Amino acid sequence: MSLQLVANIIVLAAIYALVSTGYVLVYRVSRVLNLAHGELMMMGAYLLVATAGLFSGNPLLALVLAAICGLAMGMVVYAVLMRWMTGEAVLAAVLITIALGILLRGLTILIWTTQQYYPGATFGWRNPPVHVAPGVQISAASLAIVFFTFVVYVGLFVFLQFTRWGVRMRAAGQNPLLAEQRGIRLHGVYAFAWGLSTFTASLAGMLLALDSGVESTMATIGLKAFPAALVGGLDSLLGALIGALIVATAEIAAIQYVNPLLSDVVPFVVLLIVLAIRPWGLFGSREQLDRV
Amino acid sequence: MSDRSPYAQELALFGTRSRRVRLAVALTVLVALPIIATPFQLDLANQVLLASIGALALMLLTGFAGMISLGTAGLLAAGAFAVGILVRELGAPFWVTLPTAAVVGAFLGLIFGLPSLRLRGVYLAISTLGLHFVVIYLGGEYEARATLSTGIMIDSPSIGGFILSGGRPWYFLLLGFAALALLISVNLQRSRTGRAWRALRERDVVAGALGIDVQRFKLMAFMVSATMTAIAGALFAYFRNFVSIDAFSLYLTVQYVAMIIIGGMGSIPGALLGASFVILFPYAIEAIAGYLPARFGNMVFALDYAAFGVVMILFLLLEPAGLMGIWRRVKNSLAVRRARSES
Repeated sequence: MSLQLVANIIVLAAIYALVSTGYVLVYRVSRVLNLAHGELMMMGAYLLVATAGLFSGNPLLALVLAAICGLAMGMVVYAVLMRWMTGEAVLAAVLITIALGILLRGLTILIWTTQQYYPGATFGWRNPPVHVAPGVQISAASLAIVFFTFVVYVGLFVFLQFTRWGVRMRAAGQNPLLAEQRGIRLHGVYAFAWGLSTFTASLAGMLLALDSGVESTMATIGLKAFPAALVGGLDSLLGALIGALIVATAEIAAIQYVNPLLSDVVPFVVLLIVLAIRPWGLFGSREQLDRV
Repeated sequence: MSDRSPYAQELALFGTRSRRVRLAVALTVLVALPIIATPFQLDLANQVLLASIGALALMLLTGFAGMISLGTAGLLAAGAFAVGILVRELGAPFWVTLPTAAVVGAFLGLIFGLPSLRLRGVYLAISTLGLHFVVIYLGGEYEARATLSTGIMIDSPSIGGFILSGGRPWYFLLLGFAALALLISVNLQRSRTGRAWRALRERDVVAGALGIDVQRFKLMAFMVSATMTAIAGALFAYFRNFVSIDAFSLYLTVQYVAMIIIGGMGSIPGALLGASFVILFPYAIEAIAGYLPARFGNMVFALDYAAFGVVMILFLLLEPAGLMGIWRRVKNSLAVRRARSES
């Protein structure tokens, strides 16, 4: 296996890892599986398209503004939709997210059409290739994805482990009733978890848009990141990182050595294997699983 | 004990006089429809009938047995591709392809159902989603290798020398299949199997404790549902004279899930209502889009997506019992009003 292939695997794994944090955060805190996550990621990319159009001379402002909108987007989704699903059957919550995904797909096409956008080009940024090792090159945006994935994981670890809101979030995830008894406002915690989830997803969407542009099919990447979250265990952040590495390795190997058409199906084959052998994932907690 | 109705009457499908009258009226309308309808309306009716078969199949699995599946599009694709491959490779006739599609469906139902022995709820839905992608990949792979283009052409089927094409013959064929699917669904619901499924839906551990063979009835639900879905897929292939993997996206699955939600979970008439609603919805949107600014007129499909998402969300939030729930409420309030005016 050449070094270039290793670099490609790491970049793809970073994308999957960054997107799958959102699945894990929401599932861990509120036990909801968000099947609109891919579409929310795509919305993040389009938010950058919008802010880039407004502030093309100031990339930093545009990026920060889009990221803040990404954070707000998740809170709005929770306040408007998911809030009413608290205490309902888990299935109804999943179906709502599916419906939200369809709605977002329609809305993005209505607003931005099916045209491809390059927010990087709006800033006049060329996304130059970077030599990371002898004979190995990846695009600058890919390098940024790896970097930001690292930053997000360290940040989330510190946040969940040591900060007040992080502890509240873990408490709400472990036992909502006790958490509420101790004075934690569950709706606030859930809304914040949704905000963080769409924030990281938007970040991934924005970086992908800077790398290769954005169009209406981008949501598929978000769905393909779901197996990574499940392979690692839906309530484990470390698991998501390792799951992303496994899924990305399998996918790149299949594309390279077997058939490029396998790209869309390999993550789900890995998912089926894990569901058959170890449904709670590599690092997931066993007792909470909806098993027979 | 004397006021108890005899078993024969309980078992009869159309036991009472009013039911027989209603059936006669429904049959008359259904037979008269193709004579008075325009070709466009007839095509709509055919689409609704075809969708009803798939919606009933999903209702058996999700509404009765309580197992959510996101595999409908994959199973429809399997039925359609079974026909496509047999016709293309062997030139097989209708009476060979349709049973083959059914067998393929039953087999896939077994595969799709195996995870249900270990998983439930969301995890089960995800496993069927994974299998969906596997089936779609296999279909796409065949399409790419065998046809070097997109899609397989399929001639209209001939039954006993009669070539089945055009709206009217198809209407009666699809009506027959939909009626069969309806009869099977109603009878399964009323039988031991249906009761076992309902017990599974409420709590499978208790069902097991009551002596119900949990594994057998779970797999059976998946197999019956998948067989019906695959037959619907096979009919779809003949109906459109064309099979392409592009027709079986995840959105199709979402549409079928929406049918049983919008119709009303756990209700057989609900499946039929939901199928009609979801099939007719895009045409309604198209009609409305004519009045909107031209910018939106060019993107009817996107408008359709967005509106469909909103309708689905509204039903899930405001009326989880679906159209049947609304119908029941209207009926109740009318009954209350009548009772008040009489007293």
